[in-house]
Parts: sequence; structure tokens; C-alpha cells
Amino acid sequence: MAFVWTIVALVVVLALCWRFLGAYMVAVYEGRVRWLAKVERPIYRVIGADPKAEQTWKRYASSVIVFSAIALLISYGVFRLQEHLPFNPQHMPGVESHTAWNTAVSFVTNTNWQSYAGETTMSYLSQMGALAVQNFLSAAVGMAVAVALIRGFARKGSKTIGNFWVDLVRGTIYVLLPIAFVAAIVFIWQGALQTMSGPAEVHNALNGASQTLPRGPIASQEVIKQLGTNGGGFFNANGAGPFENPTGLTNFLSIVLILCIPVALTYTFGKMVFNLRQGLAILAVMTVLFGGWLAMAGVAEQQGNPALAAAGVTSQPSGNMEGKETRFGTLSSSLYDVTSTQTSTGSVDSAADSYTPIGGMALLTGMMLGEVSPGGVGTGLYSMLLFAVITVFIGGLMVGRTPEYLGKKIQAREVKLAALGVLVMPITVLVLTAIAVSVHAGKIGPLNAGPHGFSEILYAYTSQTNNNGSGFGGLSANTPFYNITGTIGLLLGRFAIIVPVLALAGSLAEKNVVPTSQGTFRTDKPMFVGLLTGVVLIIGALTFFPAVALGPIVEQLSHGMFF
Amino acid sequence: MLLDLRRAVTVSIIFFIMLGLAYPLAETGIGQALFNHQANGSLTPLGSTRIGQNWTGPQWFQGRPDGDDPNATGGSNLGPRSKDLLDKYKERIDGLEKQGLTPHQDLVSASGSGVDPDISPAAAYAQVPVVAKARGLSDDQLRALVERHVEGPQWGFLGAPHVNVLELNKELATLR
Repeated sequence: MAFVWTIVALVVVLALCWRFLGAYMVAVYEGRVRWLAKVERPIYRVIGADPKAEQTWKRYASSVIVFSAIALLISYGVFRLQEHLPFNPQHMPGVESHTAWNTAVSFVTNTNWQSYAGETTMSYLSQMGALAVQNFLSAAVGMAVAVALIRGFARKGSKTIGNFWVDLVRGTIYVLLPIAFVAAIVFIWQGALQTMSGPAEVHNALNGASQTLPRGPIASQEVIKQLGTNGGGFFNANGAGPFENPTGLTNFLSIVLILCIPVALTYTFGKMVFNLRQGLAILAVMTVLFGGWLAMAGVAEQQGNPALAAAGVTSQPSGNMEGKETRFGTLSSSLYDVTSTQTSTGSVDSAADSYTPIGGMALLTGMMLGEVSPGGVGTGLYSMLLFAVITVFIGGLMVGRTPEYLGKKIQAREVKLAALGVLVMPITVLVLTAIAVSVHAGKIGPLNAGPHGFSEILYAYTSQTNNNGSGFGGLSANTPFYNITGTIGLLLGRFAIIVPVLALAGSLAEKNVVPTSQGTFRTDKPMFVGLLTGVVLIIGALTFFPAVALGPIVEQLSHGMFF
Repeated sequence: MLLDLRRAVTVSIIFFIMLGLAYPLAETGIGQALFNHQANGSLTPLGSTRIGQNWTGPQWFQGRPDGDDPNATGGSNLGPRSKDLLDKYKERIDGLEKQGLTPHQDLVSASGSGVDPDISPAAAYAQVPVVAKARGLSDDQLRALVERHVEGPQWGFLGAPHVNVLELNKELATLR
């Protein structure tokens, strides 16, 4: 019953975010928000960017890529050199090259796949200055690209789609930083750590236990990892760790932080294309998919753990508690992990690897749909708009008419770009998985035997290519093979989608608006919502069903068998 | 391209200072000033109330069967149809039954963090007869003790009810 109220509260809070944060972001990206102008303007002056000067899509894309490349180099450098840099009370040595490379790419691409354990690898400077900074900036890049695409739809006869540097700065200082700043204080109040002191030694005279507690500036990183849908934990346990996610309230707030920007961006989208109902239609599709996947995981995790039942504990009133925290319980844990995999977050408050077969499948397939419900900050909206373009194209084929979306004619070039953006992910995931299960270096990775071991590999590449970052944690991913092949997925999943999206934005911005007529397929009606939902599901199912059948589905059907 | 390169480098340096140093250090200042106890790890003379500890023997309430090593956090990562998991479960159930304890699911399934400080109220009540016998206390006395320590769901609807094992045992040690 308590969980029903959790859902009610979540819906109310997100509705408020949708309306007010959504409207605020319209104003931010249109340059009407100025309360931090004293910070904003000097930045433009130093970097030599003119807030009025706009870029073509090619210039915008090259700015994104150059900026990301520099961010990558700086992060890599900090990890490698951390033993010579300040804020290293635990005297962590420099990070190994293949781990540092994978981690740098992972955080710059908004993924936060972690093949390392934070408490034994990263100095405080690496956590604050490299990981947390990229948590902000990779999120701001995603939002910038989404806004550029929205401008493409909203403008007519325009050669430009905005200025990347300006969008980057505005998203960071007006949206991400203020929300993170306030949220971090709430997290500290609830018990998340925020200290620059090194580990604490404790001894309990009652039971003789002695522990060394790793600490650090956790809360400030925790909130931006959620808000920016990044997901990288300060420690290995991620959101399950009591020092990161101490209470039911912080668990709930984490979910709110993850969802607020992706949900609000649908309002921003509707407002900027002058038709709020278009944004609502997109939000409706996201909500339907999210609800379905939440139900799948929630019901599955209530069922209890088959291994525990086989060992003789048949009464499992709390559901499958392996890998779950008592203070959250199975329902709130499922909500958190589903939220994390329906967006590009990837933080977990319960071990995904120990979910029931169907619960784990919900997390895996949530990512396989392309993370569009509601998806990562910015990335979710622009990926969903690619599906929308494909949907109107399919709709157009059915009636034999040139498709339109938001008044723009969708022609061969747009359809090709959208198809490219949608297909990069599944192709990369399936090819990399096929390679990993064929070579020795890949086959020694999984901890679990049988179908679950295959799921661990499939999950790893799905997660990295979707820039999610969660993992079936049993996979020994910190090897040169997994670190390097994973990086291919990370880079393709980010930039091989961003470039077509920006090209699409450029192509749309140049077009004129076709007046709506009797024959126009309305994209703000339930018919479109149903069709778009169907397209997302069918593309996901057609590409991934055989792979999923070999993993979680076989596992579910193996009654009474243990591997 | 060259202009972009210069911009990328300068903006990265600015954000490194703003987001990588000023922001976390400001939060550290605020956290240390306003919520000093929590910001440093909720430390008590017996350890952190947030981090689970091993309690063995029938004279204590036991927690989740975690390693309780705060430097190696995380779950078992064993899948639901893992033979290794099944073997672990059988071993733990044997261990519990030898102490006369009912193998409640919380005492057999390991947590996600590996340092879960809590158990469910049902798992605490299930241990009452054994602890009472070992300490020569009455069942009613211990049931009342557990009841005093049931927390959550927070604000009535967030998360699940739980009992903090450290706090529970701390008060248990004072009971006569």
C-alpha cells in the first residue's frame, strides 16, 4: 500500500517538474533567464563565444566532438596522474591505462559504465574533478543536442540551429548546477557523506568488529549522477550503498532527479514547436512504456528467489531479496532500477545480476528499446523523435502520401538519418556480443554459468552502447578485452547517434512549413501515440528477441535447473 | 576547428574549477556546518549506524549475511538459478538451524550493498526466542525491544519497514 503512495507522489512531483521545469528550460535555452548573468557573460568573454552568433549543424556537431575529445583527454590525464595530484588521502596509485581509457570514454559519453570499484581505485580529485565534472557536462551536451533538434523542427528556412557553447553553458549553470546544489544538501541531511577526510577507523566493543570506512565528497556527486542520468557510483555498490543512498527519502529523490529533466523536456519541446499537445503525445508514449516495464519488474521481483525456494525457504513474503536492501524493499528497488534503465542512468539500488530472470529481462530490454521512456537527459527526447520520424514515414507508406511531422515534410534524407540513428545501437550491441561469446577473452568474463552468463555479456554491451552504465555486476569487465571493446560501443552509441540527429536538425531547419490540411496525419492524437509505441516495441523486438531468448527467457523456462 | 579547440580547453578549465572544485568544496562546507554527524558517516562509539557489522552467536540479533567489508561493497551478483547461490543458501540455512534460528529470508539472502545495516521487522521477531534464551530474558521483553526499533516506511510511504541491527543490539546489551 505504501508503494501506491510512492507512485502517486512520484506522478505529482513529475507533473510539477513537467510544467515548471519544462517552461524554465524554454526560457533558459531562448536566453531569457539571466539570474546568473554575472557568471555566464564572463565565461563567453573568456572563451570568445558570442551568444548571438549561431552555428550551422556541421559547426555545431564539430564543436560537440572537439569539446568531448578534450574532456576525454583531461579525464584520462587526471586518472593516470592522480597519485601526483592533490585530494588523495588514501594514496591511490594512477589508474591502469585500459581502465582509465574505458572510464574516461564512459563518463564523457554520459554512460558511467564502471569496470573499476570506486572505493579502491579513484582519488577524491578523480571523483570530483573528472567523474563529477563529466556528470554535469555530458548531461549538458545531451540537452544541447536535444534543443538543437527541437529548433530544427521549430524554425523555417534557417541555416543555423543554435550555438553549442552557449547551450552548453546555459544548461550547466542554469539547470543542472542549481538543482544539484540544493538536492545535495538534502542528501547530506539524510546521511549521505560529504567530507574531504580520509577513511574512518571504527571498533565495536560489543561484537569485536573493526572496520575501515571509506569516505569522501559523496553527496555532491550522487545528486548530479542522478540528475544528469549518468549513474556512476562513488563506491562499487552504487545506489545500494548506505553512504550514497541512505534512506527511503533519498531513494525516492534519486528517482525524481533522474526523471525530472527527461520528462520536463517534453514540455520544452511542445512549447518550442508551438504545440504543447505534441509534447504530451511524446510523453504519453514514454509513460505507457515505463508503466509496462515497471509492472514487469515489480511483479517478477515479488515472486521470490528460485534458489532460495530450492534451498528450503518457501516463505518469501518480501519477494526476491538477494541483492536488495532492507530499507527499500523489492518494490522501491524495482522502481529505482527500472527508472535507471528506462533512462540512460544506470545507477542501481539493488544488484541487477541477482534479479529474477524476468526482472532482469525488464532491465535489459528497457535499454534495448533505445532508452526512450523517458530516456536520458536530452538523449531520450532526441532518440524518441527519431522514432517519431520513422513512425510518420511508416504512416505515410500506409496511405501513400509524403509524411509530415510538425509541419515539416519528411523526405528520403530525413528518413535515412533517422533510420541510421535508430539502427546504430542494435547493430553495435549484437556484433560486439557475438564477438565476445566467440573468443576466449570474452568467454572467461561471466561469473555465472549457463544462460545467465550469456545475459551478463549481452547486458554489458547493451548497457555501454546505450550509454546506460548499469551492469550485471558479475561480469569481470576490468580486462583489456572488455574495456576496449566496450569503448567501441560507448563511442558509437553516443556520437554515431548525435551526428545524424544534428544533421537531421540542420536539414529540418532549412525546410519551410507545409500548411496543415485534411490529409495531414495528426501527430498529437491517440492514434499517433499508439503507432509510435508500436514502432518502438516492434523495432526493439525484431532486433533483440533472438538474443533475449538465449538469455533471460531460457533461464525463466529452466524450472528446477541450476547452472 | 582551431577556435573550437581553444574554446574546448578554456571552457573545460573553467568548469573544472567551478564544478570540480568550488561546487563539491562548497557542499562540503555546508554539510560539515549543518549536518556534521551525517556528513562524516553517522559515526557512533560502536561504529557507523549506516554500515552493517557481523554479529555472531545467539546472544545477538544477527543481520544480513553480508561480508560487511566497507571496502568491498556490492552484491553477490549470483543469478537466480546459480548452483553457487544454491550451495551458499544451504550452508547458511544449516548454520542458522544449528543455532536454533528459523532461516528467515533476510538472514539467508545477501544484500545489494554488502553492508546492509538493517533487517526486516519479521526477521528480528523470528530471532526473539533464541536471543531471549541465550540472555535469560523474556520473549515479551525482547519483542517490545524490537517494536521500539522498527523504522519506516519513511514518512509513511517511502521504502520498506526495517530494524537497524546496531541500534537494536546496542539497547539489547543494556537490558537486564
